[in-house]
This record gives sequence, structure tokens and C-alpha cells, in this order.
Amino acid sequence: MNSVIKGASYILAFTPEMVMQNGTTQTTEKIVNPESEYLKQLESHLRTYEQVVSYPPNQAYIGNIHPNELAQIEQPWHDKAIEGASRFGKYGEIMPEDEFICLMQICDVFDLVKLDKSFVAATKEKLEQHPLMTADIIARLKEGEDAELISKLVSEEHSEALYYNKELVGCVKRAHDVDVNLSAHVIHENLTSKATNVLSLLNLVAKNNINKEDIDYVIDCSEEACGDMNQRGGGNFAKACAEIAGFVNATGSDVRGFCAAPTHALITAASLVKAGTFKNVVVSAGGCTAKLGMNGKDHVKKGLPILEDVLGGFAVLVSANDGINPEIRLDLVGRHSVGTGSSPQAVISALVTESLDRANMKITDIDKYSAEMQNPDITKPAGAGDVPMANYKMIGALGVKRGDIEKKDLASFTVDHGMVGWAPTQGHIPSGVPYVGIARQDILDGKIKNAMIIGKGSLFLGRMTNLFDGVSFVIEANQGKTKEEGTVSEEQIKGLIAQALKNFASNLLAE
Amino acid sequence: MDLENQKRVKEFAEKYGAENLVVVLGAAEGEASGLAAETVTNGDPTFAGPLTGVQLGLTVYHVCEPEIKNEVDAAVYDEQVGMMEMVLDVDDIIAEMTPIREDFCKYL
Repeated sequence: MNSVIKGASYILAFTPEMVMQNGTTQTTEKIVNPESEYLKQLESHLRTYEQVVSYPPNQAYIGNIHPNELAQIEQPWHDKAIEGASRFGKYGEIMPEDEFICLMQICDVFDLVKLDKSFVAATKEKLEQHPLMTADIIARLKEGEDAELISKLVSEEHSEALYYNKELVGCVKRAHDVDVNLSAHVIHENLTSKATNVLSLLNLVAKNNINKEDIDYVIDCSEEACGDMNQRGGGNFAKACAEIAGFVNATGSDVRGFCAAPTHALITAASLVKAGTFKNVVVSAGGCTAKLGMNGKDHVKKGLPILEDVLGGFAVLVSANDGINPEIRLDLVGRHSVGTGSSPQAVISALVTESLDRANMKITDIDKYSAEMQNPDITKPAGAGDVPMANYKMIGALGVKRGDIEKKDLASFTVDHGMVGWAPTQGHIPSGVPYVGIARQDILDGKIKNAMIIGKGSLFLGRMTNLFDGVSFVIEANQGKTKEEGTVSEEQIKGLIAQALKNFASNLLAE
Repeated sequence: MDLENQKRVKEFAEKYGAENLVVVLGAAEGEASGLAAETVTNGDPTFAGPLTGVQLGLTVYHVCEPEIKNEVDAAVYDEQVGMMEMVLDVDDIIAEMTPIREDFCKYL
């Protein structure tokens, strides 16, 4: 019996100060070229919270507009706004930086985040109005410290500064004097990932009417690593996030695989549920401060706003088959194996067509493909092109080589079976998974019958292998079978035992 | 071109001699190909990497350009590059690459 996609959430946290303080493009520039024009101009290119909320791709990410509606808006999108846009959406929300900084402290159980007293007082009131911030969560927020102490921690003790509206409002302390794995920088990065993950978990249960107590297992699939000098990357983000979110009956673990990790994790979750090991498994991930403003130099050079100013997060609940929600077809899993090779042709064949061939399906038998759903508004000015479109062209071109479609139909294939990208360039966040929640709804609404989710990862970044990686799976409309074929009911078993006893008795009589 | 690759190209040029190297690019579009080609000929135009101000003048082609395609067994080329050839704007790539080669390559 296949497992199902029972719900999904998608959140963003608007963190313009972290663009300046923590994005690696900026931190690198501060080291190699501290007087650069880019650094001088950067601040004037930052957007306001209202601009970020009304930015069409962000509204698509949290579920207030469908990607099909986004496609109707002429690109570029940075100068467009959705009228009356809300911070809250069908799948999640866009959190402002002051609330997010407080959420970081809520997620800190080692007293490493120190916040200014007056900042806490002002922001706590806002958080109390937040529909998902329950009293037990807000109770984790501390009263705050004097401004002098925070300044001292930043200037004298290597703490990572936390700014809001250009003012120092707090800091993240280092967790060890010597261990670089517990430096303030690493703790800051990990707490932002944790906080965005927790926000995703809270939205997942709230937006999908799920009981927190029903969650058995959480899999974190972000790109961060937590641990100390003796076990760097030991984990366990998943359990740490489940604790703050109040998933009291859950344990969990972390799955890593660069941008492909969410798809690896969803396949793992679907397998755990199908095997009956757990009934409800959540796959989730938080965002990454390092990637904030990653393409900022190109954006500033072209007079654009800094468009990589949000951290992303998501959560997906995979559950036992309920006869309603879309099923995950584990027999249609595609994978890039060690022996596959790295040419784009070999990669796309391994991820897309090899699994389809097993079911005698054509490329056109899949209604929608979701691979790398990066927002082209961000990537095109940076010279990386339209990434989703490049994927659709490759899948279509493979279809032409296989004879599934005519070459003249390549352009229409990319529209009919593809989508425009809407996800922020946060590595694992745009990778296949942004469409899972929307695909679930589109399948439930009968708009499509199936979709293929593809995760691709660049493993060379870790310098352990030059191999490419990727996995894929298909979700389709529920077939309405909630019992495994070939299994027998209690009545049938009773009948079989009775028959066996009768036979035994008659044998005894015969003797 | 990322900093690590610039460093490797520079090291190869020192080790084997710039006249003995050919750089084959696989970038997905014209502008990125042009930037990479400029980096290994006239120096890093972004002034960020080890090739900043270093005019290696290396011979450089994109894998989809005819000069490379004609060097490769047709069946192998089709298997390895055929699909991408269909996807990429090859004319745009050639248009970006040609003037850079003409202006900056020292060993053509």
C-alpha cells in the first residue's frame, strides 16, 4: 500500500540585515575588497518587508497564487506587486526579521542568543498576535539584556551580531572557546536553519489540521551541519526542531545530499510509511544564511534590488494511505547511480526515463515535472539563465530523441509539462519539493493526474566526489485502495482455520 | 568562473605551457560562456579570482562549437552532447565565443 502526501507547508523569513552580515558573497567581499563599490551600494538595493511580501514569486511560494497565475505576470517580476498581498498564505507565511530574531532565541536551548531588552519587549507583543505562536512557545523567549552587554559580546567575544533596522539588537555567542564547529558563526547559521525549519513545522500542522502528537518521525534535509570538533555534522536537526515544535511523540534524523536531499528524504519517508515502520513522517528543512545575496553583485550591477533576501523553509507530511490524498509511487523511483555518468543526457535519462520505461510510460504521460524550481527573476540577471526552463528543455529534448514527442513540439512541451520557477535560490529549498504541496492540491482538484518530483545535487562542492547526484519519484491521484491486495481478512483466516480443523478431524475419524 | 577553477587553469598553464592547453567549456548559455572564455584569455573580468590581470591567452572553445564537434566521433558526440545541443542556443554561444577568441587568444 503506497504512502500519501497528506500536507505541506512553505515559509519565508525576510532577513535583509543577515544579507549584509552573513551572506558569503558579502562576507567574502568584506575580507578581500572591504572598500568595494558593491558594498557601498548594497544597502540602497535592499527591499522593504512590504515589497518582499507583495513580490509575486514569494506569494506563489506561500500559496497565495498558483504558479500558473505567476506565469501570466510578465517578467521581470521585481518591479511587479500582488495587490493586497498577505504575509500569511495557504501553505505558510513570510516572517519579518524582528519576529524571526526572537524565533531564533525561542529555538536556542543553550542560552547562546542574547537580545536587547527593549527589542524583546517591542517584538514580543507582535509575536503574541501571531496565530501559531502559542503561550508555551512564547514562554521560551527571555526578557532580554542591556545593550552594553550585547555590544561587549560582539566587540570582545566574537559573538555574531544580530541587527534589525540597522540597529544592534542582539547577538549569537560562541558555544566553545576553541572549537570552530561551535563558533558564533556556525551556531548562528544552525539556529537560523533550525528556526526556519520550526516555523515550517508549525505551519504544517496548523494549515493541514494535523495533531502534533500524531507525528512519529521527522527527517531534516537541509544543507547545514551541527556537531562539535569530535563529530562535526553529527546532527540531529530533526529531533531538535521537533522538540520546539512540540512533536512530543516524534524522534527523527537528518538526511543529507546537497540540493537532492529533500527528494532523498521524501523517498525515505515514503518507504518508512509503506513498510509500516511509522504512520506519519515529516520531511522538513530550514534555510541558509550563507546564500543570502549570493548573486547580489550581478543584481546591484544591473540596478536591481537584492532579490535573495529571504530564508526558505518547508515541511511535507507523508502518511499511511487514507484513500484520498495523492500516492507516492515507489516503483517509479529514478536514480542517478555511481555508474550513470555525468553528461546531461545520462543524468536526465537516469532520473526521468528509466523509471518511466519500467511502467511503459512516455515522457508525456507525466502531467507536470518539478526539478529545479529556482525563480528566474533571480538567476537570469546573474547569467545562470532560466533554470526550470533549462530542465524542461532537457526533458523535452530527451523525449524527442526517444520519439515521445516531435521536435516541433518541444516549446509547447515546456509549457504544458513545465512551470515557471518561484522558489528562492536557497540550495535544497527550490529542488523539486516546492511543487509537492501544490501538486497535492492540483491532483485533489483533478487538475492533473500525476507529477514527477526530481531532486538534483552537486556533490563536488563537498570535495569528496566529482559524481553528480539525483533521485526522482512520481506522485499520482489516489487509487482508492486502502488495503494491500493479496492480504486476507480476519473472517477469511477464521474460515481457513475452521476448514483445516475439519480436515484434521475427518482424517482422525478415517483412521 | 569560480575561483578554484581559475586556480587550476593557472596551474595547468604553468605546468604544461599555455600553448599546449585547450579549454573546453560546457556553460549553459552565451553570456556565461563568454565570461569564462574571457577569464582564461584576457583575465578575470570580475576581478575576483587568481586570473585577475593574468592574460593567459589560452585557446578556448565551447563543446557545442563546430571546431570541437568535428574533432569527436559522431556517435560519441550524439550520446554525450546531442541532447544538450538541441537545448542550447548554439548560435548565441558561437556569437559570444568568436570575438573573444579573435581578440585574446594567443595560440590560434
